[in-house]
Amino acid sequence: MKKTKTIKVDYLARVEGEGALYLKYVDDKVEEVRLKIFEPPRFFEALLRGRDYTEAPDITARICGICPVAYQMSAVHAMENALQLEIDPAVRELRRVLYCGEWIESHLLHIYMLHAPDFLGYPDVVHMAKDFPEQVERGLQLKKTGNKIVALVGGREVHPINVRVGGFYKIPAKEELQKLCEELKQAREQAIETVRWVATFDFPEYERDYEFVALSHPQEYPFNEGRIVSSRGLDISAAEFDATFEEEHVEYSTALHSRLRERGAYFVGPMARFNLNYDQLSPLTRRIADETGLSLPVVNPFKSIIVRSLEVLYAFDEAIRILQCWQPPAHPYTETAAKAATGYAATEAPRGLLYHRYQIDANGEITAAQIVPPTSQNQKTIEDDLAAVVPAFQSLSDDALRQRCEHSIRNYDPCISCSTHFLKIVKDKQ
Amino acid sequence: MTNTAPQSSPPKPKLAVWKFASCDGCQLSLLDCEDELLTIAEHIEIAHFMEASSRSVAGPYDLSLVEGSITSEHDRQRIQEVRAQSKYLITIGACATAGGIQALRNFADVKDYVAVVYASPEYISTLQTSTAISQHVAVDFELRGCPINKAQLLEVVSAFLHSKKPNVSPHSVCIECKLRGNVCVMVADGQPCLGPVTHAGCGAICPSYARGCYGCYGPKENNNTAGLSHWLRQEQHLENPALVKLFRNFNAADADFRKASEAHEENQNH
Repeated sequence: MKKTKTIKVDYLARVEGEGALYLKYVDDKVEEVRLKIFEPPRFFEALLRGRDYTEAPDITARICGICPVAYQMSAVHAMENALQLEIDPAVRELRRVLYCGEWIESHLLHIYMLHAPDFLGYPDVVHMAKDFPEQVERGLQLKKTGNKIVALVGGREVHPINVRVGGFYKIPAKEELQKLCEELKQAREQAIETVRWVATFDFPEYERDYEFVALSHPQEYPFNEGRIVSSRGLDISAAEFDATFEEEHVEYSTALHSRLRERGAYFVGPMARFNLNYDQLSPLTRRIADETGLSLPVVNPFKSIIVRSLEVLYAFDEAIRILQCWQPPAHPYTETAAKAATGYAATEAPRGLLYHRYQIDANGEITAAQIVPPTSQNQKTIEDDLAAVVPAFQSLSDDALRQRCEHSIRNYDPCISCSTHFLKIVKDKQ
Repeated sequence: MTNTAPQSSPPKPKLAVWKFASCDGCQLSLLDCEDELLTIAEHIEIAHFMEASSRSVAGPYDLSLVEGSITSEHDRQRIQEVRAQSKYLITIGACATAGGIQALRNFADVKDYVAVVYASPEYISTLQTSTAISQHVAVDFELRGCPINKAQLLEVVSAFLHSKKPNVSPHSVCIECKLRGNVCVMVADGQPCLGPVTHAGCGAICPSYARGCYGCYGPKENNNTAGLSHWLRQEQHLENPALVKLFRNFNAADADFRKASEAHEENQNH
């Protein structure tokens, strides 16, 4: 006789935003899987219409309190693409430093506060801290260092105020940047310890054949620039995004699902970047990666915590590299003037590719905006993972299987506020 | 030892954190208290905080922090339940206190908004307006800012748990700016700045980074938006559409900024 079971999680914890999970399976065959996003929509693409192009970085930052820099970066690059602006190389480098700060604070929040409790069996970081006081203290202090970068370069940790189309409002004093650089050097050692610590966790045996999508740049690990490439041969510019990807509106989600028109689900984020850009990582990051025994490509999403910790190390290393020899630009920003145009940009948010497209008129008013956040792009892959997790871990108790499902969602560090709601699992047997 | 409290000690006060329509940035400010978080947890039971913990303890709660605005029928009912379970309820941030950037819909037709974003508008259930928590339930304190300042958050939480008035200055960003010794960006650089009418709390960061304040802490009490608009029009030749945009962003639906933006919209029709 066939046994039908469901797993339901009405409000997923330790993710940013509001979402739920519904899974129905007969024996070990999953019949229905829905990552339900019930976060109320805020209609950014609509409310941007009629606003000035210069306001886009301040307004789109408010899509996400965890990764506002990513929104600001995609917004300014898209506007600069529209206006065909040249950016001073020193400004470009300082933007990389700012992005390093956001990767550090966002990744550390996820590693220590949201994801490690899954591996070690705690409901949250506060409970975990009782048994792992040194590790938690290290995570908090590292995160604080990331926040310091964003606060100094961006003006404040959440919703920075210093980013503008063309550059920055003000370049921070060189002495302050040098002081920061010294702190980063101290913290880098702790970042190495973080990699070594998370690499000791027990990882469920689980692998799938994913199509990884990330930016790729010939000289650098990608933050702000590059072609959009994939592990199956995709190689396009940001302007070709709409022709290559499509967004689907499903009834149970206020986030649109993004898919490759030709092949469907794909995977963005740290694992995709790492697999596609390993050679661009700093020598130190590659050495520590080798030490952990990770082999390329990484196809076990539970190991994304190791990759995230390696990206933290890289971000420290990269920020230090830049700040050690950085000279301020002659002007903090390139002057801008409005003209009717369309601009496209994709940058690498902590959670993956973030695409923006804007159409502006001759007065500089935004007439159309499109924003595709990383979590909408991963939604389909998360659902496909869940469909595969259930048969892969049939021997687990009902409760452990539900936890494994939640854990596998958290592998993606989903940001539901970005993608617009998220998970609670209840399993009832019939 | 601090963590071996005697059996007879009173139970820790229970804190809950709730999210409505928002970006998560204000609740994140609590997790950004890297130096204080574990100490806070020694003195307060973090009983419900979905973003940080999969453990949720049932109410009632001594203190609820509410982030986000009300934009759906479901949330309109949920905030009533939150209030019923909370001894004190504090709103954190511009969304909960004034409706947030998503309150720009209050000046448009939300059906148009839905149609711009979603291919199948019939799947979307949303209210015409984004409204502050205080329009739905009694609020004990409103902490301003987009995002809030974490030092102010700690002050407010600590004050409420000790039944004292939070020490949150009601003056303008202008005062904070003078205290920092900044040169005025309006006078010296001719940049529009909402500092004179905006609630303090950020530390005047925008003028410190060479740009005008864009009012993300919302209006201060007894502000003079009409006087400021007049000055911006006279001295900086700002026209109505620019004045509307200046007052209509992260606190667009706050009564004083709403009036200020609508005043210039109406003038356009004369």
